[in-house]
Amino acid sequence: MAMTLAEKICAHAAGQAQVTSGEIVTARVDLAMIHDSGGPRRVKPMLEELGVGVWDPSKVVLISDHYVPAVDAESAAILDLTRKWAAANDIDNFHDMQGICHVVLPERGHLRPGMFVAGGDSHSTTGGAFGCFMIGIGATEMAGVLASGEIWARVPPTIRLEWNGMLGLGVVAKDMMLAMCGRLGMAMGNYKAIEFCGSTVDGLSMTERMVMSNMAAELGGKVGLIAPDQTTVDHITAAGGDAGEWQQWVSDPDAEVEAHHVFDADGLAPHVAAPHSPENSAPVTETERARIDQAYIGACTGAKLSDLHMAAEVLRGRKVAKGVRLLIAPASTRVTATAAADGTLAILGEAGGIVMPSGCGACAGYGAGVLAEGEVCISSTARNFKGRMGHAESQVYLASPYTVAAAAVTGEITDPREFLMEQAA
Amino acid sequence: MSGLTRQGYAWVFGGGIDTDVLAPGVYMKGSIEEMAKHCLEAVDPTFAPNVAPGDVVVGGDAFGMGSSREQAVMVLNVLQVGAVIARSFARIFYRNAMNLALPALICPEADTIQAGDQLVVDPGAGTVTNTTQDRTLACDPIPPHLMAMIEDGGLLPHLKKRLHSEAA
Repeated sequence: MAMTLAEKICAHAAGQAQVTSGEIVTARVDLAMIHDSGGPRRVKPMLEELGVGVWDPSKVVLISDHYVPAVDAESAAILDLTRKWAAANDIDNFHDMQGICHVVLPERGHLRPGMFVAGGDSHSTTGGAFGCFMIGIGATEMAGVLASGEIWARVPPTIRLEWNGMLGLGVVAKDMMLAMCGRLGMAMGNYKAIEFCGSTVDGLSMTERMVMSNMAAELGGKVGLIAPDQTTVDHITAAGGDAGEWQQWVSDPDAEVEAHHVFDADGLAPHVAAPHSPENSAPVTETERARIDQAYIGACTGAKLSDLHMAAEVLRGRKVAKGVRLLIAPASTRVTATAAADGTLAILGEAGGIVMPSGCGACAGYGAGVLAEGEVCISSTARNFKGRMGHAESQVYLASPYTVAAAAVTGEITDPREFLMEQAA
Repeated sequence: MSGLTRQGYAWVFGGGIDTDVLAPGVYMKGSIEEMAKHCLEAVDPTFAPNVAPGDVVVGGDAFGMGSSREQAVMVLNVLQVGAVIARSFARIFYRNAMNLALPALICPEADTIQAGDQLVVDPGAGTVTNTTQDRTLACDPIPPHLMAMIEDGGLLPHLKKRLHSEAA
């Protein structure tokens, strides 16, 4: 019987020849990813209570990204506990303060198409860009995974989201995702596997595909899969990883899907999501030119090298508006190093941007750069829930790095194509 | 009525309840008791100070969407919320609720419940009795393997029991 990519990976992980959507299986986990917030500080006491250790330390990747660098005694204590737990449990794959987990994981070659991965973070869907069935779970669930190497899962039906056509100047994967959040809503993909496909998706770079899979979480998806192709393989190889037998990890052409939506990339405008939900999105041309206090380029969603390049394209030779602060937290130390070497950081700095340490930072309100009462921020991150980035009465707009940079220059929500067209002319 | 039956007043929040309003990130470094004081304050500052043990939180679609943070369930347990009833739950929140033995019931008719209604929730039977409106609402039954886990007190006690029985 024909299977979707999601079903194939679930069947493989469950040691079965065949599964059907709706079936509950017990899956062997190929990899477990944890971070400093939901990781050791939460699972250590639980494993101690169970009286067991980690089932296989070689299959655990630990990344500190939420409380880095420590800003007070509490965050320092959390990081200290994280480091000691890694040493005590022989976790060799501990990437301490190297960047955000969803970016560091593939950057260090940990992902291989066809893997079943449990991630202790909701944006774990990002691994789907590499053809991994990577799901987000909570801390107690993760303690169970670390103890047993197994997790129960309901095999999800697949919703196929197909994009065809060419994206215009200044329009990127973030705009595709915000457009879909607006059209389909945040509950659309609840309990479903989302699979992105079509000529537009085929043409995206890996870092842009990661934006798609990352924000599958904002469509409610359990996973956000993209079938591997040569682009995937080249990226994995360059990261020192092994793509394995990647050709098999693709949906059968006649596999049954629950729904199939087709979108046209031609003519798509840059999109902005207004407070307080990603589904409050509309073309920038139809969005009020709200005044902003802060522009933020950060997080797993919007601070990879390609995102910094977009911001620099707008900011080259321009200045951040008076009264506006532009904060840039590159997604990893490697991104920072590369952006320094290729001149990107100089452009951002000369424009008046402030470069910050790599980490989850202000996105979830944990780190530096949070908002005061009444302040307005435009952000390249994935979520703008009420109070997420600071005070409950602050406001966050979501947009692509192009649009965030354009707003930083004018001090209000602006169509970035105004700047990019000037350059093209 | 099973041993898991809960009784209390309804706090009605409707749709769009995410993990950031349940468990605000700015309180993540502190104690869970401190965070619980700020649970849902961005949408209703009167909730945390006034919710009574056994009271029921009522939501709309995709309740608990967003982060995987388990604190979104833990704060409700700290506040001794008896159950959460919603038209649907975001999947990570639902699993977290089961893992921490907070009954989460999927109820297509959740939006008939009014703030302050007196409710009796029976997770085993999958029913919510609205005493104020004198009607019983049907809920999706909690799958048997999850009911067993809730009855054990959550995933951790459930695993402990399993590990001990394997060792025996």
